[in-house]
Amino acid sequence: MEQIGFGIISACLLGAALGVVTGKNLVHSVLWLAVTLVTTAALYVFLNATFLAGIQVILYTGGVITLMLFGVMLTRRDERVMVENEQNGRRLWIAALAALGLFALLAAATFKTPGLPRTQAEPTTTDAIGRAFLTEHLLAFEVLSLLLLAAMVGAIVLARRHDAGADARGGL
Amino acid sequence: MPLTSVLLLSMALFCIGVFGVLSRRNAIGILLGVELMANAVNINLVAFSRFQGGVVGQVFAVFAIALTVAEVVVGLALVILLYRSRKDVRVDEANALSG
Repeated sequence: MEQIGFGIISACLLGAALGVVTGKNLVHSVLWLAVTLVTTAALYVFLNATFLAGIQVILYTGGVITLMLFGVMLTRRDERVMVENEQNGRRLWIAALAALGLFALLAAATFKTPGLPRTQAEPTTTDAIGRAFLTEHLLAFEVLSLLLLAAMVGAIVLARRHDAGADARGGL
Repeated sequence: MPLTSVLLLSMALFCIGVFGVLSRRNAIGILLGVELMANAVNINLVAFSRFQGGVVGQVFAVFAIALTVAEVVVGLALVILLYRSRKDVRVDEANALSG
């Protein structure tokens, strides 16, 4: 039963990921990425990481996908033309070769690694994760909030239009 | 379901992401590939936390997710800036600084 579920999730995940990188239309690619991320959330549930599954759906599929869609729509050159993805043959072959080579390397390394754990441990509870955040990893947690603030301010500063009239009115 | 099969899955996902980054010319397409790679890394962290026990793997995965979101925000701001100045988001056209 577990094997079948894992097989289905794997097939969906890899198929959707291939859709992301091979789609001709970037909007479709972003939607395939949404499928990939939701399937990953399902995999997290499968691995007994329910808290992370929730985070994944809220942050990634809620936030990142929306942002990406906005990005695609804001940067297309012509209203009538689909956002095309120019892939030429030689570049495609080199990229496929590099990816396959990397996969072979990683797989060989994994199969050679001794002492990988074979049995599943006790599942982690959300309670324990929250405690770890606010005790052991408190400093990292606070630094992370600073980073998010910096990213937010940075994105606004980078992407806002320089409007001379707005400065005179005292607004952004 | 052994750990190795989860690792193989995340490896395959990572390599698909690498393929996307290398084959795309559109800057947003490259960002999508980077997302896939980050996602594969998170799967690895969660899988090890499941099999090894302990909470650190999942805590680290939450940090990684938050960092990825921040990266996407800044990356998209840069892409929009690039589009505004050049009317084009193909990365090999943005070579004004190359000698």
